[in-house]
Amino acid sequence: MSLMNLFKKRTSAPVARDRLQVLLAYERNSRNQPDLVAVLREEILAVITKHVQVEDDDVSVTMDRGQTVSTLEIDVTIRNPAMAAA
Amino acid sequence: MGKVVVVTSGKGGVGKTTSTAALGAALAQTGKRVVLIDFDVGLRNLDLVLGAERRVVFDLINVTQGVAKLSQALIRDKRVDTLFLLPASQTRDKDALTEEGVESVIASLADKFDYVLCDSPAGIERGAQLAMRYADEAVIVTNPEVSSVRDSDRIIGLLDSRTLKAERGESMPKHILLTRYDSARAARGEMLSIEDVLEILSTPLLGIIPESEGVLRSSNVGSPVTLNEPTNSAAKAYVDAARRLMGEDVPMVLPVDRRGLFDRLFGRRAA
Repeated sequence: MSLMNLFKKRTSAPVARDRLQVLLAYERNSRNQPDLVAVLREEILAVITKHVQVEDDDVSVTMDRGQTVSTLEIDVTIRNPAMAAA
Repeated sequence: MGKVVVVTSGKGGVGKTTSTAALGAALAQTGKRVVLIDFDVGLRNLDLVLGAERRVVFDLINVTQGVAKLSQALIRDKRVDTLFLLPASQTRDKDALTEEGVESVIASLADKFDYVLCDSPAGIERGAQLAMRYADEAVIVTNPEVSSVRDSDRIIGLLDSRTLKAERGESMPKHILLTRYDSARAARGEMLSIEDVLEILSTPLLGIIPESEGVLRSSNVGSPVTLNEPTNSAAKAYVDAARRLMGEDVPMVLPVDRRGLFDRLFGRRAA
């Protein structure tokens, strides 16, 4: 800890308040609604399997909710059958 | 018709039972006829906090199933003669409670008493939903701590959707009872402030109960803090909260225990 930090008071209550505000804004909106990530994952998987063969475990969908923007990350592993056979 | 008030929180251990006992005793001391119902089937504790654990014969489930009459199951407090307890069953399964049974017990109690306080179990399952279902008003016990505030928000959502009042399209009056509040820590920015909690939950405040050692001392001896240590800061705050519940306009001041100059200078925690 530098000397400056001793004077700059860092308190935890504002962090608690901000975290709660972001979380509750999301939770209030998603009440009584199907799990968005689960639905997206299923539908994305259905679209991909029309064109390439992927296993259920090969698609991972994660979400990171921020105060102003949220990111949805879709990670699809496509196995290469030629390489696997070799 | 008496008023049916559910004391709920979602999260466990925030002080629902302690607050039910303290508020109930404070209401009864004004001469109101008050009955406290313990809805925590299998984990009853309101009897213990009230010091009535050795006097339980029949319970809520016995009454709903017709095994005992309501008058046989009610336990009258030995200190305040307008305060009564309807204990929960300790041995039965919580599924033994039915909606119809609870509705009829609450209806007959609301007929005879001015206040029916329903002490909800923790969680959002069946027991908690039955405790709130027939309420006219709700007291949401919240600690200034993230998980408690989140769970209170969830409970507020249920109060606005799963209660009879909500289903009829009526609004459910709700009040936050902030317990275990430490104003010194809030001032240092180490604890969510009253304003933070109220802003996040956007629900009016019934009272602020300061963190106080007297609360544990009182439950140790089986007496609500409002009866056991009436001059204690938490007891005074509960009395004020009870008066607000009765519709009185009581200014919101944070009661503090008297501290000597030495304690104040050296920042010792008050008892």
